Amino acid sequence: MNAPVSFGQHSLSHLEQLEAESIHIMREVVAETERPVMLYSVGKDSAVMLHLARKAFFPAPPPFPLLHVDTTWKFRDMYALRDRVARESGMELIVYRNPEAEALGINPFDHGGLHTDMWKTEGLKQALDRYRFDAAFGGARRDEEKSRAKERIFSFRSASHRWDPKNQRPELWSLYNARKGARETIRVFPLSNWTELDIWQYIYAESIPIVPLYLAAPRPTVERDGLILMVDDERFALREGERPVERSVRFRTLGCYPLTGAVESEAATLEEVIQEMLVATTSERQGRAIDHDGSASMERKKQEGYF
Amino acid sequence: MATALSSVSAAAAARAEVAAYLEASARKTLLRFITCGSVDDGKSTLIGRLLHDSKMLFEDQLAALRRDSRNAGGSEGVIDYSLLVDGLAAEREQGITIDVAYRFFATEKRKFIVADTPGHEQYTRNMATGASTADLAVILVDARHGMLTQTRRHAYLANLLGIRRLVLAVNKMDLVGYSQSRFDEIVADFRAFAQTAGLGQFAAIPVSGLQGDNVIVRSAAMPWYDGPALLEHLESVPAARRTDAAPFRMAVQWVNRPNAGFRGYAGRIASGSVRPGERIAVLPSGQQSRVKSIVTFDGDLDLAIEGQSVTLTFEDELDCSRGDLVSSAAVAPELVSSLGATLVWMADQPLVPGRSYWLKIGTRTVSAQIGRIDHLLDVNSLERQPGRPLALNDIGWCEIELDRPVPGISYAEDRQLGGFILIDKLSNATIAAGLVESFTAARSGSTAEAGDSRIMWIGGASGAERAALAAGVQQRLQAVGRIGFILDEALLRTGLSADLGTDGEDRTESIRRAREVAKLMALAGVHVLVAMDVAPEEAHPGRMVGPADLDEKGADQWVI
Ligand SMILES: Nc1nc2c(ncn2[C@@H]2O[C@H](COP(=O)(O)OP(=O)(O)O)[C@@H](O)[C@H]2O)c(=O)[nH]1
Repeated sequence: MNAPVSFGQHSLSHLEQLEAESIHIMREVVAETERPVMLYSVGKDSAVMLHLARKAFFPAPPPFPLLHVDTTWKFRDMYALRDRVARESGMELIVYRNPEAEALGINPFDHGGLHTDMWKTEGLKQALDRYRFDAAFGGARRDEEKSRAKERIFSFRSASHRWDPKNQRPELWSLYNARKGARETIRVFPLSNWTELDIWQYIYAESIPIVPLYLAAPRPTVERDGLILMVDDERFALREGERPVERSVRFRTLGCYPLTGAVESEAATLEEVIQEMLVATTSERQGRAIDHDGSASMERKKQEGYF
Repeated sequence: MATALSSVSAAAAARAEVAAYLEASARKTLLRFITCGSVDDGKSTLIGRLLHDSKMLFEDQLAALRRDSRNAGGSEGVIDYSLLVDGLAAEREQGITIDVAYRFFATEKRKFIVADTPGHEQYTRNMATGASTADLAVILVDARHGMLTQTRRHAYLANLLGIRRLVLAVNKMDLVGYSQSRFDEIVADFRAFAQTAGLGQFAAIPVSGLQGDNVIVRSAAMPWYDGPALLEHLESVPAARRTDAAPFRMAVQWVNRPNAGFRGYAGRIASGSVRPGERIAVLPSGQQSRVKSIVTFDGDLDLAIEGQSVTLTFEDELDCSRGDLVSSAAVAPELVSSLGATLVWMADQPLVPGRSYWLKIGTRTVSAQIGRIDHLLDVNSLERQPGRPLALNDIGWCEIELDRPVPGISYAEDRQLGGFILIDKLSNATIAAGLVESFTAARSGSTAEAGDSRIMWIGGASGAERAALAAGVQQRLQAVGRIGFILDEALLRTGLSADLGTDGEDRTESIRRAREVAKLMALAGVHVLVAMDVAPEEAHPGRMVGPADLDEKGADQWVI
């Protein structure tokens, strides 16, 4: 953190410093908590986080499992990459689906906000409780959204998984205080200081595998409520008059396919995506239907336990 | 055919352009800075302007910004940049920034991480937090009001936390008619303060965050100013602060033992650089060896430098675990057991002299008691006040007694290893930040230490697990003709600690009694197996023993 440094010919670039900081954070968590887990959402931030974990503990495999809180509504390409990456990393992959949501058939077409609530928010709480994880790595970044700019790297949750923005611990230097009460848990964000552009640059520099959906390709889509949605499987409930149209699209962020908007793009390679990034005029969260109900909504979701 | 060709060449062009960009970007450095000043001096507006003008805003954020600006009651068409850096709903209601927010922007030359720290008096702790990782501080003054109490407080605090590069940004110059004499007056005031407070050099820049004067580019409105615009200054401030001459030091975070054949020590290099063959000392044991290899995922390194996260292996088998410090053997720090330190109190509950707190320094956590409180500092007058227990936002100079030694490294020498936090043992809250100023060497060679090696703290998740493990260890000892005595919770509860409960301070006291009994018995030559539910930091003197130790070590290693 004594940045920037310069040692004769040799000095650390901003990416090298970000990498070293993230690795330091992960090692602190492993050393100071009992049962850490890495939340793996299969997106580009998760991809970077997992890559950093493999670096942090090399030559050992990362000493914690991956947890995918599934909704059954992710893109098919995401499931494919998830399984491949878990195999290659030598880590245990836990896939958790909220049984209640599964039994009720909760889906994004019929249940609106309840979908995110039950599958993601409740699903995450249930999974953490069930496996008694006391620390969970998440890939959130401070540059994503205003309320996240003030989130700590170590963020404490009460026994009921609530976040109290008024009661956060100061974080000085690189000294993290991981002590907690018996039923408290910690969310840890090792990518806090990365920006979206940093993430892409790092993926490029390190050749990190990502879901092909980030690259443009002709895909069957419909336009709905101002978003371009991909018809990823036969469960997509078409409205009257809607017919899938092939468009060249890519995704800047990945979630449940019926809730994730695509952008029209011809950027079929990582280089072209980065090039588009450099002149981007729309921030990445716009593609997520969840954030559209007002600027303060992300913070509300966080207080309720949504990641 | 034609389209295929053009798309191929478009891809090739993109590749070349991105490659060029990435190559340039690879040389980009990182600068962390904080902005501070009083409420309404214009911090948020200034940061918003930096984000906006360095083109880090996207179209939809701008649309939201215009909408929010209207809702906040601003005049039509005028963008309120401060809304960009205002985050939590509760704060927005109160209309003040009450927490540290981190913002990011980049130029061709540098990536910047900005800590936006609050100007409100009761939130000094956040200012200290933001300052602890910053290389530079931008201190804002409203040109109409000049220096305020808070300005002094923040400038002093920035300096105290080791920030050696200060920028005095005299803001809202548009409201004083871009007056040179007003600017000069404020700069003179600040210089006088800087001299009394021992702040050293600073740069002064007249700006208007709202109008954008001297923020990104030099302003035509102030031809009398011939220095750089704020961003130019931030881009060109010399990056390096440390020199190659700093000694190699790394706190061990984690011991990497994937199999019997590999034992590596993982950590982030706090200072200096290291190469294979380097002679190192491990503290507190004092054992020495040489670095065998610097292991990373990307292959072994010939050289690793300050700031890098690496895994080291040594030529010899050493007693080295989390919390230890690996140091260049030539300049290894001495071990100390009491510190003289400046404390910045960060909690609502005041300091309780004599109470035991956790003190985390480097990767080491020890028990600490605050002894004499020498004096407090009135940051407004910069005068010393008589010592008294510190309360929220107080700054004071204290003596601190540690129950185990730590390497003596001052904050002036090393910001990473000379800073510590105090943690409340009951609430687990981080209650103070500390800066080591002086220290007293640990007693060495005392008779007590001779017995320490006979104490073992038995790990395990439950009482039953600990009992089983203790019995196993006892058998091992017996096999080599040693007496092992098991000191467990049941034994203590029926006698020595019968008056104590199991939670909070009672628990701490009960562990303290067990420790004292163990020390006495160990001195008498008995091996003591303490089978209690303790945290690794509480397991001292002696060492912690887990099931793995019993599995892999030969019986002979149990004889000490
Ligand atoms: N005229 C003028 N007003 C400014 C300037 N900078 C900030 N302000 C105004 O001062 C007020 C406080 O600014 P803000 O950035 O919220 O201050 P903070 O509390 O320090 O973050 C707002 O009404 C701003 O529009 C400036 O350079 N000139």
